[in-house]
Amino acid sequence: MPRLIWSPVKYRKFSIGDIIILLFIGSIIYSIATLNTIYSKPTQQIDLDLSPLKLPLYAILSLIRMIFAYIISLIFTIVYAYAAAYKKNLEKILIPLLDIFQSIPVLSFLPPVFMAVISLFPGSKIGLEITSIILIFTGQVWNMVFSFYQSLISIPRDLREAAKLLKLNPWQRFWNLELPYAAIGLIWNSMMSWAGGWFFLMACEMFTLTNQNFVLPGIGSYLSFSAIKGDLTKIFYGLFTLIIVIILLDQLVWRPLLAWGQKFKIEFIQDEETYESRVLLWYRRSRIFEFIKNHISDPLKERLNQFFVRYYTEKVLKTQNTPILPKIFNIIVSTFIGLLILRGAFGLLNLLIKLPISAWIEIINAGILTLLRVSLAVIIALLWTLPLGVKIGMNPKLSKIFQPIVQIVASIPATAIFPVIVMYLLNLPGGLNLASIILMLLGTQWYLLFNIIAGGMSIPKDLIEVAKLLKLNRKEQWKILILPSILPYLVTGGITAMGGAFNASIVSEYIEFQNKVIKIKGLGALITEASSTGNNALLAGSTITMAIMVVTINRLFWKRLFKKSEELLS
Amino acid sequence: MELLKLENITVSFTFPEGTVTVLDNINFTVNERDFLALLGPSGSGKSTLLRIIAGLIKPNKGKVYFKGEEIKDINPGVAMVFQNFALFPWLTVLENVELGLKAKGLPPEERRKKATEAIDLIGLDGFENAYPKELSGGMRQRVGFARALVMEPDILLLDEPFSALDVLTAENLRNDLIELWIEKRIPTKAIILVTHSIEEAVYMADRIILLSKDPGRMIKEIRIDLPHWRDKKSQEFLEIVDEIYSTLTGKPLEKILWKEKRHIQIPEASVGSITGLVELVNDLEGKADIYKLGEELLMDVEDLLPIVEACELLGFAEVKEGDLILTEAGKKFAEADVLERKEIFKTLAIEKVPFLKQIVKVLQSKSNHKVPRAFFLDLLRKNLTPKEAERQLDTLIDWGRYAELFEYDDDKDELYLPETSELINLYSEA
Repeated sequence: MPRLIWSPVKYRKFSIGDIIILLFIGSIIYSIATLNTIYSKPTQQIDLDLSPLKLPLYAILSLIRMIFAYIISLIFTIVYAYAAAYKKNLEKILIPLLDIFQSIPVLSFLPPVFMAVISLFPGSKIGLEITSIILIFTGQVWNMVFSFYQSLISIPRDLREAAKLLKLNPWQRFWNLELPYAAIGLIWNSMMSWAGGWFFLMACEMFTLTNQNFVLPGIGSYLSFSAIKGDLTKIFYGLFTLIIVIILLDQLVWRPLLAWGQKFKIEFIQDEETYESRVLLWYRRSRIFEFIKNHISDPLKERLNQFFVRYYTEKVLKTQNTPILPKIFNIIVSTFIGLLILRGAFGLLNLLIKLPISAWIEIINAGILTLLRVSLAVIIALLWTLPLGVKIGMNPKLSKIFQPIVQIVASIPATAIFPVIVMYLLNLPGGLNLASIILMLLGTQWYLLFNIIAGGMSIPKDLIEVAKLLKLNRKEQWKILILPSILPYLVTGGITAMGGAFNASIVSEYIEFQNKVIKIKGLGALITEASSTGNNALLAGSTITMAIMVVTINRLFWKRLFKKSEELLS
Repeated sequence: MELLKLENITVSFTFPEGTVTVLDNINFTVNERDFLALLGPSGSGKSTLLRIIAGLIKPNKGKVYFKGEEIKDINPGVAMVFQNFALFPWLTVLENVELGLKAKGLPPEERRKKATEAIDLIGLDGFENAYPKELSGGMRQRVGFARALVMEPDILLLDEPFSALDVLTAENLRNDLIELWIEKRIPTKAIILVTHSIEEAVYMADRIILLSKDPGRMIKEIRIDLPHWRDKKSQEFLEIVDEIYSTLTGKPLEKILWKEKRHIQIPEASVGSITGLVELVNDLEGKADIYKLGEELLMDVEDLLPIVEACELLGFAEVKEGDLILTEAGKKFAEADVLERKEIFKTLAIEKVPFLKQIVKVLQSKSNHKVPRAFFLDLLRKNLTPKEAERQLDTLIDWGRYAELFEYDDDKDELYLPETSELINLYSEA
């Protein structure tokens, strides 16, 4: 498995740009949240039918939401990454912005998104649906953008030159060069994004806002509702359905996609890991696919190609005399963004000023507690994933057996079994603390495991042989061979795991179970509570604190470690 | 008829440390039926020049004309074959070859017909639906040629297209190209080949433009009137090769200028390769033809020249008419044992390389005898690009370590004098 998630190769120092962006986000949160007061009319309490017979329907509803969110993510990914990769002045803002967006938990997006959508579709179910879809979108889009951006900027020079000399127009360049080059990274990150989507589905289908409950029929809300009622059997039914959906998706969509994606590998050398999929073979032999290809997609592609050839030839002729237009466009866009940032900075300041010192003290205390839990979760995860991951990675036979299993297990959202865990741990001293750490662990240990396996697989075979010949003992092997080789993978996994654990705190520190709210002190609980009670100042303050914490830890700790490991290996 | 004209082409890059000129005032024209080779060591900017002709890079100064019209964007009359093929791995052979036609907006049937013709012409029939990764290197480059030829360019640009292939495959492909060219089976009106292989240039081209390095300047233009197919062992062939060798190993103007500026740049050759070459020449009675040496050692000019230059600089050998002749010092060095060698090398290096002397002086003047690498790097950067400075310092460290002038700690990135060694008296011979 390639190192795909956050490859922190291209990183800049924390800059003024980052601060501007922090202000920017906060401002969006603020400006839309002020609409809150205008539109807070009571909506009817929706109940949910918990009959297991409804589960297939719920599963499909959830799936549709996920698909919509994913399509929006894809479009957003392409537009955003394109802008970042090709507009040098935008890149400086857009890339650090990604880092920050990724560190903001989905629930922090809830009030602004909800208010904006409801103001467009007042009082309708469509509004709720769109809110939910956008929430899922905010949970899955960022790593995809990063992956696509990384691919765009790392396209080999000679391929770019070949495309230029063949005079490919932007449309052809996209389909023949950029998208294929980015495909493998995009497929892997899409899988991660879907896993993330399932993880936060419960929060995205059932949420509380300014003390009103909103429920959308779906498998996430089914699980949340069952948890609130404390109905273990129902939780089990829901979980069972969810696992089936995930396995089906894995077998019918992701495996075939991975196998198909092999053709986009850029290196010409033979690679040991290949992905096979019988289902892909089925698809390839399928008549319907063939029919679609021959009679719909191929002719359509041809038409589009001809259209764009004509379009760009004319455009070149037209714009030859007016090169000012794009400049004006640039100026307008930059001014617009600049104004937004200014407006946002002002709004955010207004919002944060309202927060009393005591609230800030509470936020910081909560932040420290959450940081402790997150660190503990990552350390525990490291303790078991490090030896196991290396063992699997260094042994091709084991990795062939375990990789697919681990991938499926990892994509089962821990949030779904969380209520069960809570039930058993609640009565122990420090029960929720323990449960909270366990949930973080369940949600994020996989990032570490995947990356460590990949690291183990990357250790050169001849070095392993040398180590054997030198009869290095276990300790020396780890010190000299294994740790230095896997360090970059470890760091990549660590960044994702830690960021994920922070995000998971919003569901692990504050839960509704058996008609009770159970919470422990922490930044995640603060965010969830602020969001559901409509305390926007507190929401903004705690979200910004979390974003700053995540970004700071990444830059001061992980990225330094990464640099160190790069030096070691070069 | 004149196809292409380059006028005062100059390219330079600006770094914080200063400006580096890559190409300096290049002028030439290419006429119909010209097969031109641009020949020069790495750093002579020959690939950059090819990209300027293609319109991929804009020169800082000067103009390129194609059929009398100034090139402002991609040159409309060229196609290029790349050193590392630059094929799209996700497209089949046929799709790769078709791509440029698709960009032109040709309908599918016409595209297929033309692409198939090009594929047949270059000897790839049967592989239309294979992916590049299924092909050997030679076959891949054939796809590269088919992709370029299908566009029916007026000028075919070749960027070291044979250098990534093994010897036999390269030879095979060269001959196939010459055949297509001399039998006029392709509508191409001119070919420009970039190469660092003298033999390849003399074997294929009708005109050779020799470029010097740092900065790239045209030092000589040679016409080759030998008819095809050329015999590589013939007297005429070898004479031309020798002529080019001595031009390239001769001292171009800028080297003399450097000495005047007391600019001290040493050739990038490791002590190991210098020793190896001196020993080899000594075994050959102290005299060897450089071209034959290169052939025997399977080395390109690019790799061999710095070693030859280093031998000259240290006074181990002299170059005369394409021959490398050992001096007395060189013979003594070749026959000495390991310790004596180090002594000889040390004396000569200190004498001939002022910068080594400067390093030792600086180290001696420090009370702890340690100086970070970055310090010397900064000194070198005053006259060199950052990359050159790095390589220069690496070579200096290699020489200095061998001569036991100083030691180097790779972990701490610092140069130091070993505590046991006595201080070298640098001033004795001054």
